[in-house]
Amino acid sequence: MDAARPYLAAFSSRFLLMLQYRAAAIAGFATQCWWGGIKVMIYAAFFAAAPAAAAASPMTLAQVITYTWLAQALLALTPWSADPEVALSVRTGSVAYDRLRPVDTYSLWYVRGAAWMASRALPRAALMLLGAGLVLPLIGLSDWAWKPPPTLAAAAAFAISLPLALALSSAFLMIVNIIVAATLTDRGVNVLFNSLIIVFSGNLLPLALYPDWARTALLVQPFAGMMDIPLRLYVGQLSGAGALAGLGLQAFWTLALILLGRWAMARVMRRLEVQGG
Amino acid sequence: MNSLHLILRYFSASLRSQLQYPGSAVMLGIGAFLTTIIDMLAAWALFDRFGQVQGWSLGHIAVFYGVVSTSFALTDFFTRGFDVFGGEFVKTGAFDRILLRPRSPALQLVGYEFRLSRFGRLAQALLVLFVGAAVVGVEWSPDKVLLLAWTITGGVALFTGLLVLQASFAFWTTESLEVFNVLTYGGIQAAQFPLSLYAAWFRNFLIFVVPLGCVAYYPVLAILDQPDPLGAPDWWLPTAPAMGFVFLNLSFLAWRAGIRRYTSTGS
Repeated sequence: MDAARPYLAAFSSRFLLMLQYRAAAIAGFATQCWWGGIKVMIYAAFFAAAPAAAAASPMTLAQVITYTWLAQALLALTPWSADPEVALSVRTGSVAYDRLRPVDTYSLWYVRGAAWMASRALPRAALMLLGAGLVLPLIGLSDWAWKPPPTLAAAAAFAISLPLALALSSAFLMIVNIIVAATLTDRGVNVLFNSLIIVFSGNLLPLALYPDWARTALLVQPFAGMMDIPLRLYVGQLSGAGALAGLGLQAFWTLALILLGRWAMARVMRRLEVQGG
Repeated sequence: MNSLHLILRYFSASLRSQLQYPGSAVMLGIGAFLTTIIDMLAAWALFDRFGQVQGWSLGHIAVFYGVVSTSFALTDFFTRGFDVFGGEFVKTGAFDRILLRPRSPALQLVGYEFRLSRFGRLAQALLVLFVGAAVVGVEWSPDKVLLLAWTITGGVALFTGLLVLQASFAFWTTESLEVFNVLTYGGIQAAQFPLSLYAAWFRNFLIFVVPLGCVAYYPVLAILDQPDPLGAPDWWLPTAPAMGFVFLNLSFLAWRAGIRRYTSTGS
């Protein structure tokens, strides 16, 4: 337990700090309502326009709508950009302090990154649940609302899958951080990974709605575990053996990315040039 | 020095400074080209699965998207000064210096930066526009080219109005409000689909509040030679982009009101 204490402290201090940014959370919520609302209306129009294709679709309209609100609510849980604190410390040279601390730098940055994403996601998700889960049905738009999971099993699978998604996202965030540490700038890498994440995490469009020939490839790639798999579990689109496979994929990619990140970090840190003076 | 001359000066200075880093400028342009491609990806996948929506095909969506994205790329090229106005000018007090110069503040903000990298988005938008038009069989006649140019001009006026409005809010909030990205980037997302897909209240928002529909949906219907399925009269379709200029003028009212109440934050 003692070994974990510094990391728990780093997690909770970052988490509580980031929760202070209330205006940012409200602005994020407004943005996500806009995108979510447009998407829901467009999906509804497509499903209504082609009843035969809608019946053959791997997700029902209700599932797609709940998926869309959840994806907007949990947007901050995906690693959109390198941890700004790490990018700053690399640029100013204060990364040297992190290296001097008697803790493992990889683990320290990992828990800080996890806290950063979790604390940004929490208030936005709460507001979205209130807006799309409660207000929409109350004003008579229950067809377009965020619905609870269909079964207890789906809820349980989601409850296991969501922390795994955070673990996976944090492991990927570390890869991005390490690239920033090696190249000293976060500009190029952020632009590049933004597009990858928005498409392959299912944020742009639920991965199940892409053409059927791409289905397996889209499920086994690492970004699916950051958002698509937990959301499919929630709406019940993955269940039984599929659910277990989804959770397994998340665990596998988390482990793989952590091993890759640790290996890359050791290499980068061996020849790290500290900036500033 | 007259205003046009001054703008050209600003332009060449900005151009020369960006070409000091030619590699960066080219890569940012290519990056913009590639990242905007994903804008069409979701629409492509949906049409692949569902075939059509209310009689519209992917080619139609490409024309809607191309028109509105071209307008935005052109606007984004010269409105950087308004985009960063809160953080770079109001918060720092740098706006004082702009007010002291004997030229209009808006002109100086336009001259702040011309972003070459926006040509990546412009190239992608025009490509999508003309490929889409070819797929749905638009026959380009001189009056259609003119209508397209008029539509894009109206779109530039509307997006410029949004950026001016965003900057005007900074007089009250001191910070740039990033919520406005909802109306620019989010506006492209909303305007790439025909208005008939949306609920009535949202449709009205896109016609009467932020008239994105007037600089994309209506004039593009005229370019496609289609009547409005929602029943707008035919004369309205090519007239609608004028709403972009109405919006721009209203934004400048807010801008002037903001300047009148501006108090410096500098010391």
